[in-house]
Amino acid sequence: MRAARYGHVRMSGELSGQVAIVTGGASGIGAASAALLADAGATVVVADVNAAKDGAGRFVKHDATAEDSWQALLADVLVREGRLDIMVNNAGISGGTGSVESTDVETWQHVQMVNSEGVFLGCKHAIQGMKRTGPGKPRSKGSIVNISSVAGLQAGAGSIAYTASKGAVRLLSKSVALYCAERKYDIRCNSVHPGGVDTPIFDLLWQMVGREQGKAFLDARHPIGRMAEPRELGEVVLWLASDRSSFVTGAEIAADGGITTGLMRRQPFVSPR
Amino acid sequence: MSRLADKVVLVSGGASGIGAATARLVVREGGKAVLADRDEAKGRALAGELGDGAHFVALDVTDEAAWNKAVAATVEKFGGLHGLLNAAGVGVRNSIEDCTLAEYRRVNDINGLGTFLGCKASIPAMKQSAMTHVGGGSIVNISSVLGLRGASYAMAYCASKGAVRLLTKHVALHCAQMKYNIRCNSVHPGYIDTPMIAPRLDQPVGNMSGRQWLEELHPIGRLGRADEVAAMILFLLSDESSFSTGSEFVCDGGLTA
Repeated sequence: MRAARYGHVRMSGELSGQVAIVTGGASGIGAASAALLADAGATVVVADVNAAKDGAGRFVKHDATAEDSWQALLADVLVREGRLDIMVNNAGISGGTGSVESTDVETWQHVQMVNSEGVFLGCKHAIQGMKRTGPGKPRSKGSIVNISSVAGLQAGAGSIAYTASKGAVRLLSKSVALYCAERKYDIRCNSVHPGGVDTPIFDLLWQMVGREQGKAFLDARHPIGRMAEPRELGEVVLWLASDRSSFVTGAEIAADGGITTGLMRRQPFVSPR
Repeated sequence: MSRLADKVVLVSGGASGIGAATARLVVREGGKAVLADRDEAKGRALAGELGDGAHFVALDVTDEAAWNKAVAATVEKFGGLHGLLNAAGVGVRNSIEDCTLAEYRRVNDINGLGTFLGCKASIPAMKQSAMTHVGGGSIVNISSVLGLRGASYAMAYCASKGAVRLLTKHVALHCAQMKYNIRCNSVHPGYIDTPMIAPRLDQPVGNMSGRQWLEELHPIGRLGRADEVAAMILFLLSDESSFSTGSEFVCDGGLTA
């Protein structure tokens, strides 16, 4: 069903027996990732502050900014699903369009809490889960996929608070990758840098300028001529989650329709103020 | 020497390390330096040593009101603001497994939020000064080689310096789009012989001293000196770099080569 919904067919079972957590899994890139991981045979736990709209996996209400929520989530997954193999730290917010001049400290801190601290906590707790051995999992192993953004590679794609938070995710992912490698945990960690993806993160923008106009503008900013569908990012997540990417760690994977590839004409979409 | 003639530069972390070395160079090159630091004793002593071209203000970089006061004091003392160096920062060793949420937030507040607030507080005054100054304003943010590459035992620090690297680009684009005549660049030092890394020099790594281990990390075979980074910062603060904005300037003895 889900494969049909996301328009592709895959050999099932590649991830059978494995357990994945996807934060922000109720919508957007998270929902697409959860569906594709489930299609590949993984048992998926969708962790989100909002209830999931469809049934790709077990839903757990979760606040990525709260350490006790992470402790409860991991304890629950290790009891009910018995192991953890894949962590997709996808929950994030755009934090509006604030510039260096218009952003207040409260907005800055809120965006860092969700986008930066949330990913930090996700990595920290996931590692403990992935190290856990048991029946069918004789040793520590896992893959952590952190969703950064093109805003983590260059500016002009979001507010200052968002841009800074995604830069933090990009670099902390490398620290995690190196640390796990040195400790021989067999846990990989990579960052994904999506361009514009047609997800609810743009709801605020659509409200401001209208969906048609906004989407046309964003389509044109990608050399490939269009925004991405969530499924296209889900495919990148799936690849990084699986053993197909077994030698990839600490990498920055841009899936951005070419945005960061060449020289870009900068057109402030909304007033840079 | 007058590569910074009549330019007023506000330096966070100006009491020691890269900030202090830059303040010395600013004054030597004909500019005015305002040393902003939490360490009042050291900051006042250096300002006194540098004479009429220098002034000290107390500053906690995570406090927006303190930043606004520092900028106001700078304009009151020297009549304008042309340059900002965000050099205040903390270097902390921790990994993804042993870093607490409180420590992650503390490091990111000082290095990330502190740099953001410095830019935010300075832009209004810098805009005014840039209107009457051909070369305009220049903001220099100290990131690190660890804003370019990862390190297993600098998790929170890596995150904070990655944030600085990217927020710098935002500030550069914003000021360019608003036609403020203000540039903004990041500097990425390797390990520089400053108080920040002093604790590490005494900690042996295997059979090497901490200092030797860090020295040999750099292809050039030694630690950097604060005045070597200050020389790069001086270039960025001066009109010599007038077409550079939103860029990453690396000063690392070949570490990331």
